[in-house]
Amino acid sequence: MAFLFAQFLTGLANASSLFLVASGLSLIFGVTRIVNFAHGSFYMLGAFVGVTLMEILPGAVGFWGAILLTGLIVGLFGAIVEMVVLRPIYRAPELFQLVATFGVILVIQDLALMIWGAEDRMGPRAPGLRGVWRIFDEPVPKYDIVIIAITPFILFALWYLITRTRVGILVRAATQDREMVGALGVNQAWLFTGVFALGSALAGWGGALQLPKGGADLLMDFNIIGSVFVVVVIGGMGSLPGAFIAAVLISVLNVLGVTYLPQSTLVLMFVVMAVVLIIRPYGLLGREEVAGEHGQVGAPEAPIRPYGPVGRSLVAALLLVLAVVPFFADRFLMTLLIDMIVFALFAASLHFILGTGGLVSFGHAAFFGGGAYAAALLVFHTGTPMELAFLFAPLAAGLLALGIGWFCIRLTGVYFAMLTLAFSQLVWSLAFQWRSVTRGDDGLVNIWPAPWLNGPVPYYYFTLILGVGGILFLRHVIHSPFGYALRAGRDSPRQAEAMGIDVKRVQYVAFALAGVMAGLAGGIFVFSKGSVFPTELEIGASFDALIVVFLGGVKTLAGGVVGAGFMTVVEDWLTRLEYWRLLLGLVIIAVVIIAPEGIVGSLQTLWRRIRNTGDEEIAR
Amino acid sequence: MTDILRVEDLKKSYDGFVAVNGVSFSVAKGELKALIGPNGAGKSTCFNMLTGQLRPTKGDVWFDGEKITGRKPREIWRKGVGRTFQITGTYQSMTVIENVQMALMSHHHKLFSFGPRAWKLYREEAFEFLDTVDLADQADRPCSVLAYGDLKRLELAIALTHRPRLLLMDEPTAGMAPTARVALMQLVADIVRDQGVSVLFTEHDMDVVFAHAHHIMVLNRGELIADGDANAVRNNPRVQEVYLGGGTLFKEAADA
Repeated sequence: MAFLFAQFLTGLANASSLFLVASGLSLIFGVTRIVNFAHGSFYMLGAFVGVTLMEILPGAVGFWGAILLTGLIVGLFGAIVEMVVLRPIYRAPELFQLVATFGVILVIQDLALMIWGAEDRMGPRAPGLRGVWRIFDEPVPKYDIVIIAITPFILFALWYLITRTRVGILVRAATQDREMVGALGVNQAWLFTGVFALGSALAGWGGALQLPKGGADLLMDFNIIGSVFVVVVIGGMGSLPGAFIAAVLISVLNVLGVTYLPQSTLVLMFVVMAVVLIIRPYGLLGREEVAGEHGQVGAPEAPIRPYGPVGRSLVAALLLVLAVVPFFADRFLMTLLIDMIVFALFAASLHFILGTGGLVSFGHAAFFGGGAYAAALLVFHTGTPMELAFLFAPLAAGLLALGIGWFCIRLTGVYFAMLTLAFSQLVWSLAFQWRSVTRGDDGLVNIWPAPWLNGPVPYYYFTLILGVGGILFLRHVIHSPFGYALRAGRDSPRQAEAMGIDVKRVQYVAFALAGVMAGLAGGIFVFSKGSVFPTELEIGASFDALIVVFLGGVKTLAGGVVGAGFMTVVEDWLTRLEYWRLLLGLVIIAVVIIAPEGIVGSLQTLWRRIRNTGDEEIAR
Repeated sequence: MTDILRVEDLKKSYDGFVAVNGVSFSVAKGELKALIGPNGAGKSTCFNMLTGQLRPTKGDVWFDGEKITGRKPREIWRKGVGRTFQITGTYQSMTVIENVQMALMSHHHKLFSFGPRAWKLYREEAFEFLDTVDLADQADRPCSVLAYGDLKRLELAIALTHRPRLLLMDEPTAGMAPTARVALMQLVADIVRDQGVSVLFTEHDMDVVFAHAHHIMVLNRGELIADGDANAVRNNPRVQEVYLGGGTLFKEAADA
């Protein structure tokens, strides 16, 4: 019993940082409606800045002073990010902000690498709190106790700020109706910047406070973001007490999990989340609200038509070129093209659900990686023939999508996005932690195609036929009545329901279909590489696909495919540079702000301008 | 049984605020009936309860003898109730005719069909509906460039696609030019006469109401205060009280 209590205290202490980061995210979301994916980066920044300051400032005053200063510095940094990156895109759909904040993640990663180097930093012990106190004879670190004591005051201070002060009233008013607050003479821009700075500062404090328990490393940003989203989703978006309760719940669960179920700590968290969401779809203390009040960027999407003669000939010509590639290309080019086609199919499946369906899924990698793992597991454990295992990839991914979709489709907008992200993390944690089956980090290796396909040329054709076939099939579906019903549900759910369309059911089927296609891409992928690792399921993999769709252009049918082609080439070239993330991040941010219609969208606009036709012309 | 729609003691309250309070009425087959009342009287709330967007706190709705209280909008639509909204919700990314085709695809149970090209389906049929509301010449324009009055007419065409027996129109002429209003309501009146559709509509323009409605109901603060023909409503003292200063308007309408 005493041991259990000590464990509980450790959990409470861990909850502190988690709560700080989550409350910051929640606060920012509540006011600006932006899901700040770079929030984990601010947390990481806090840890590094904290370490540096603690080395400079001496003694206990220095330690606590360093923590305080860290928050201010990170807050300032957050304010700059808000003013430069986010201010121009508040009215854009959530995808734009996601992509922009992902650009910020990349930039901060490389900045941290430049400044602090690749080595992990140990956090210093808090002066005067080095030892343990014995509670019921169990040792509990003194620092833990102090943190436990501090956290409620932080919660209270935040609660007081939000519910009792004038600033808090303005913030809450802005959450309800931004335009009205603006009309009442409040400078919204500064209010948003202030809230973003405060949220970032909280993340920075979270990073600094955990230093004596953890440290600082370059993986912190992605490591915490999953937990933070789980906390915010469980607690209810925008609710501070909810974030606190959820942070405590998750942290205590984690500590107990480490002791009793060491193999399932990560999975446990997502299982709890799923259970909470079945009972309360908007979180413990969250209120149901209409999410996704985001506006449009640029003109509304133009009506779609299958390609006319010109478009068809262009596609045919491209396919012909791809078909004759093996006759003159070397192995390297063919491998690159296989990667490109796989990525294009993956991106096209995401574009199907995101562009046509209007459902911004942040966890699409679950189906790509899920398909890859399904096939690989069969081959690895049972020695199933490749042909059969390969068929299993899209099938398993489709079933996974049916399972995940059952939870997610009920929600819309940002809530849908967060939940898909959390579920993809669940799949990732399974692959990562269920070592006896998936071999965790070591991945599954020796997953090669059947003899008749083994070799660059046959596998290239295999990829070409299935990849292009998959993409063409998705395009066909978009032009079919089902595709139209999907778009109807996106354009106006109310009108669609009022003309007999079961919008949720249509979306559910579309989600499953997108999952099948992503799984197909995953199946092709795993046999081309001969191996699969948990990285294919990471948040980063989902974001890559989102960025590709975005770069190509959300409102254009070819967007995903073109973006994937572009990205594969650019990444191949960029990753040879040392600080490629920094460059890529800056490029992404620039595209979001300057060319929000993406590559294909911008080209179409340009084309129309050259031909000087009106907007009414339907793009053929 | 000549009533297509019967509403009994319908009530909607939000945390103590009563938006619609015990409203009972019926719409006869082939009738063009108006529901009027000042802003905030509960007209749209009432409509939303009839077509399933809102669940009533109390009371029941019968459509053609069948209880439809609390059913989903799409189920009520399938039973043969059409609906247009105060703020149009057409599909911006489709052309005008595709908006109509979409409704036809739903009507013909083709929503989960993956084979055919959607823009070729039911095109002729859709043209006829567009022709009914005089939009055939704009069929292939993107919906997003349509003028507001044209959108209203498109909505009417969409609402007619499944050959509804009852049509509910929430402020069908709001935001239209006066001549266009009269033309649109004349069109609705023709449809009622030719196709035997019953129509219930809300409206602020008294010219439109008194010129076309067979019967008029007046809603005030969630309560039905009058239900009868134009003369009865015009002379109802409670109605005159509600529309203070509106008495002259009624007289003009009577003279017209």
